[in-house]
Amino acid sequence: MAERTKPVPSPTPETQPYWDGAAAGELRLQRCTDCGAAFFYPRTSCPHCGSAAVEWFTASGRATLYSYTITHRPAPGFDAPYAIAVVQLAEGPRMMTNIVGIPNTPDHLVLDMDLEVTFERRGDLALPQFRPAGERA
Amino acid sequence: MTGVAIVGAAETDEVGVLPDHSTLALHVEGARNALADAGLRPSDIDGIASVSAPGPIQVAHALGVTPRWIDGTGVGGTSFLFHVRHAVAAIQAGHAATVLITHGESGRSRVGATRYPHSPSSPMGQFEAPYGTFGPTTTFTIPLLRYMKEFGLTPEQLASVPVAQRKWAALNPRAMYRDPITVADVLASRMISYPFHLLECCLVTDGGGALIVTSAERADDLPRPPVHVLGTGETFESPMISQMADFTTSAAFRRSSADAFAEAGVSTSDVDHVMIYDAFAHVPIYGLEDMGFVDRGEAGPFIAAGHTSPGGRLPVNTNGGGLSYTHTGMYGMFLIQESVRQLRGEAAAQVPGVEISVALGNGGMFMAAGCLVLGNRLP
Repeated sequence: MAERTKPVPSPTPETQPYWDGAAAGELRLQRCTDCGAAFFYPRTSCPHCGSAAVEWFTASGRATLYSYTITHRPAPGFDAPYAIAVVQLAEGPRMMTNIVGIPNTPDHLVLDMDLEVTFERRGDLALPQFRPAGERA
Repeated sequence: MTGVAIVGAAETDEVGVLPDHSTLALHVEGARNALADAGLRPSDIDGIASVSAPGPIQVAHALGVTPRWIDGTGVGGTSFLFHVRHAVAAIQAGHAATVLITHGESGRSRVGATRYPHSPSSPMGQFEAPYGTFGPTTTFTIPLLRYMKEFGLTPEQLASVPVAQRKWAALNPRAMYRDPITVADVLASRMISYPFHLLECCLVTDGGGALIVTSAERADDLPRPPVHVLGTGETFESPMISQMADFTTSAAFRRSSADAFAEAGVSTSDVDHVMIYDAFAHVPIYGLEDMGFVDRGEAGPFIAAGHTSPGGRLPVNTNGGGLSYTHTGMYGMFLIQESVRQLRGEAAAQVPGVEISVALGNGGMFMAAGCLVLGNRLP
């Protein structure tokens, strides 16, 4: 029988600090202490210069809407239609997310709109999500 | 120029809905047809390449082939273009003399088919799947709105891609859908994943095909006119769509095609015929721009003006493509098959005088790309 709950990520040693941060209400990213570049997704090596000297920091949580699709064919546990978005984080990297707090329609989802991070319970974890900046959940 | 040629090429007897064929049976049927096309027997084959499931070892065993060179590169739908490139290197190195490359996929009927779930601990499982991704319609589609904003591509121009390809499919009796469609029909079809309508998404079918590749010298002793591999390229960009560097252009398309054109010593103006992987309607737009056939932002108007349609100056996806001909899941094999048919002068929708054909394959969701420049005579 098909699984009817939303997927829950399974952290690995190199991603655990990201999920620990989310549980604490923080969006944590990595940056390279050799070349200074911030990156996502979590890795043990800088994808820009190859250095293993990477550190965690707490991101601002600010982002803009880079692109998205509104799917009418839902994944198990999801109610269609819903948007799957990619956001441009203020610190440089991009990440996939959902947009919460506004209707997921083309009229409301305007590219380059300002967003801020929020967190949604998912299993035993907290999942980063984004909502329009300056609005209270 | 590589000194290597395609000397056998064939698809399964039918493509479409084949619930009486397992995945493995589709590989075997395509291989047998390609062997017959080349005038060869399984014992003549000493190299084999196929994607990871069922895999080259299972396919070779089923056919009674004993290879001394094996390639199981599996990078999605473009894998077979990689296999041609790898076979060229193997033949040049003397690791194999005659290589069989097979595809078979029960994409629609799912008979003996493997599924590819990603682990919840993989990067995709942690950083994409939790947001409701569920196959290509939910991921491959994401970049296009950024492209539309940057370049002003209109919904009507996007819809002109399936309209153009349906015109080719109308000329191909093997195509699954052949009735003419209009831009209005496309835009009236149901929304699958905004901004993509049903008719802007590829088919899901069953089928297979195979190729036989050997040295150009040996090709002279075989019955079919050789299709020369003039140049090849392969690369990847990102395993996850969210990490694609620029949503308006495929770095993998640019790099793989640049390598293939450079090795072949040709430019876009030398090319008579083009095949571009079309899992969704935007992929040929990116492909035409990223290979340099048109400038950035111009492919939508170019296609809408009819330049890629029958009678146009740059015939593209002349079998009808994944949008109208067939799309088993890993469609790349069918790109090469149509390029070979056009270069042999035996395509259903034959373009007059094709001497150089380019095939551009996509793997995953703009994840990997392979490019082949093929010709029916040596420069």
